[in-house]
Amino acid sequence: MKMRKTTLGLATAVIAGTLMMGVETAKADDSIFVPLFTYRTGPFAGSGIPIADGMHDYLTMLNERDGGIGGVKIAIDECETGYDTKKGLECYDAVKPKNPVIINPWSTGITLPLIPKASVDKIPVLSMAYGLSASARGDIFPWVFNPPDTYWDGLGMILRYIGSQEGGLEKIKGKKIGYIYFDGGFGKEPIPLFEQLAKDFGFELKLYPVPPGEMQNQSSQWLAVRRDRPDYMVMYGWGAMNTTAVKEAAKVSYPMDKFISIWWPGEDDVRGTEGAKGFKTLNWHGIGTDYQALKDIQKFVVDKGLSKAPKDKVGELLYNRGVYNSLLIAEGIATAQKLTGKKVVDGADVRRGLESLNIDEARLKAIGLAGFTGTLQLTCNNHNGHRPSFVQQWDGAKWVKISDLIEPMPDKVKPALDAAAQDYAEKNAGWPKRTEACDKPS
Amino acid sequence: MFYRETGQFKTNYADDMALLPILQDRIGLGIILFVAYVIIPFFGNDFLLSTVMIPFLVFSLAAIGLNILTGFTGLISLGTGAFMGVGAYACYKVSSTFPDLNILFCIVFSGVFSALVGVLFGLPSLRIKGFYLAVATLAAQFFLQWCFVRIPWLYNYNVSGAIEVSQRSIFGVIVTGAKATPESRYIVMLVLVTLMTWVAANVLSGRIGRAFMAVRDMDIAAELMGIDLLKTKLLAFAFSSFYAGVAGAAMMFIWVGGGEANDSFNINQSFLILFMVIIGGLGSLLGAFLGAAFISSLPTILKFGLPAIGIPLAGATAEHLTYILVGGLILFFLIVEPHGLARLWQIGKQKLRMWPFPY
Repeated sequence: MKMRKTTLGLATAVIAGTLMMGVETAKADDSIFVPLFTYRTGPFAGSGIPIADGMHDYLTMLNERDGGIGGVKIAIDECETGYDTKKGLECYDAVKPKNPVIINPWSTGITLPLIPKASVDKIPVLSMAYGLSASARGDIFPWVFNPPDTYWDGLGMILRYIGSQEGGLEKIKGKKIGYIYFDGGFGKEPIPLFEQLAKDFGFELKLYPVPPGEMQNQSSQWLAVRRDRPDYMVMYGWGAMNTTAVKEAAKVSYPMDKFISIWWPGEDDVRGTEGAKGFKTLNWHGIGTDYQALKDIQKFVVDKGLSKAPKDKVGELLYNRGVYNSLLIAEGIATAQKLTGKKVVDGADVRRGLESLNIDEARLKAIGLAGFTGTLQLTCNNHNGHRPSFVQQWDGAKWVKISDLIEPMPDKVKPALDAAAQDYAEKNAGWPKRTEACDKPS
Repeated sequence: MFYRETGQFKTNYADDMALLPILQDRIGLGIILFVAYVIIPFFGNDFLLSTVMIPFLVFSLAAIGLNILTGFTGLISLGTGAFMGVGAYACYKVSSTFPDLNILFCIVFSGVFSALVGVLFGLPSLRIKGFYLAVATLAAQFFLQWCFVRIPWLYNYNVSGAIEVSQRSIFGVIVTGAKATPESRYIVMLVLVTLMTWVAANVLSGRIGRAFMAVRDMDIAAELMGIDLLKTKLLAFAFSSFYAGVAGAAMMFIWVGGGEANDSFNINQSFLILFMVIIGGLGSLLGAFLGAAFISSLPTILKFGLPAIGIPLAGATAEHLTYILVGGLILFFLIVEPHGLARLWQIGKQKLRMWPFPY
């Protein structure tokens, strides 16, 4: 009986605690609250854990080394989404009362319902190289940022790379290009552009959709690949889909150096797969710990036991992707501080900060990431940057950069982007006109 | 002592057929409705409303739907998620084709589409039963989900493939879209659930409900008594899918507010609702609510409630612990009471009648 009472009491306390959640809002006025939506559980945890660690560790490093940003500590709070849209929304509702300055949904599925909420709740959404491609248009989506590239830019770069392999874009005429993709919003988004490009450049496009539930069973798709024998394979995948695709491609002995993926596969997706050597992906930042900021992460965070990441995972591709994400957060906050003169900035300030973001070579050097990545400048209208990326190849043990920077195809992508953005605003009747003033580029 | 029907005489047939014949039950329901309509929207915070209560109401509706089919008519279905999806996409199509139509009407009307699809996939139930029927409804799940991805007309050819929810209002109050307050969304959902529960309770205690139960208990006997199996079984499918469809439309329009819909209505969703019905109690409307609370709200409350009372849990740890706790509780309740939480409540009521002098 006593146990039952204790249980009952505990249950009441838990429920009461949930109800109180909103009450203890923003107790610390001297810190900037940055929630991190992460997924260390679920089917995508393999990709999610290194990203979460990278994001977390860079911000922790700023706290430990510099005492935060501009002298203000960053309050970091991880919320587990499991890459599930509903859980992501739970997280959003849970962090909203604490005045977050920025939201990183880390899932296209979570990003989509948050896009309309961003302007109402005055919390900018940073969907770094994922989410809705059309949200690159700052005049229509003032609260959403998706630098440094959209998925459409990625497609343009992959095609340019294929063109360079063939000795010119006009040479891909008559070639057969296969597209294996995650059959959800993210993988389907590039298809209209891909079809358009197929028409423009005269190549033949073959589609191999992988349904979300069948990510780990792609034998039928790769059987079709073996039958069709495309000259190149392009992949837009995530989580277990990448691992499986590389394995299956190796199994049907598809030539790996003709297999090019968007920027999401990490080391763990290819490591240990016999025959994965030669596999290529896009990327826009450095790998390894040979940068001052990464060394500082090791010194101030990892060595002090403040990181959840195993030591040898620090500096891996997806870990550094997380670092890049946090770099954008930190620079957005720093720019906002500079613009407003305030120390403790809020979501509206960070939106302005991100819009005036200008990470040039000098700045990269100042923050200890010289050579880590290219420059990035965002403006009022351009929330993406459309920055060039490079192609890297798996040599069996590590990623090796094998190309120079490749520019996307703005002439092809821009019309599609504008049309999609207009379409979105029209279909969502009552989509608010931009009222936020633009800052002068500094 | 307090919960006893002594002295409450039924003097006419209407009293005898009432849904809640005992005065104390009526008072209890009144208190629940008062709490739901007055206390929660006035004193609950946004988090409670939009993250605990609205999902709870949506899942209650879906669980009522499946309970009508599985609990009352004895037909197992693994297609609830897909039927919810039909509702969501129908609501999107209807509301975007007729932008001036009241959104509440769209949501309820989308249930009709879902009911039609439900009838179609209910046809095999005339020939097969039990596990075999479950597999037949599984076909509905896969086929419909395939449609949600493959037919771009369903999502108005959006490049993102997502349902986009525009801003709509009822009597000048915004109820969908990002500007809708949690209070208004909650009240709309609550009115919907109250009305539909009231309808279900009446239908199920009437002639149709009794026909359902007769079919569940033994369909040959039911047929011999003059119940038309074809009509009854298809009616059960229609009725059930209607509720699922409305729940799906409400989920996309009132709760989530748009997004990639196809994956929200996958097989896991169907299983989740089946678990709600089983743990809540087959053949009980109360069970649908208890099951929804257990499966949908409890994990949320644990995940965000435990850190809030000072147990330091963050991110993934909270998630793992929630899985362990909820899994353990499912086992516990199924061992203590295999007939679900609703049966537990019934036993409690019986005990309360005797209290404090059990013989």
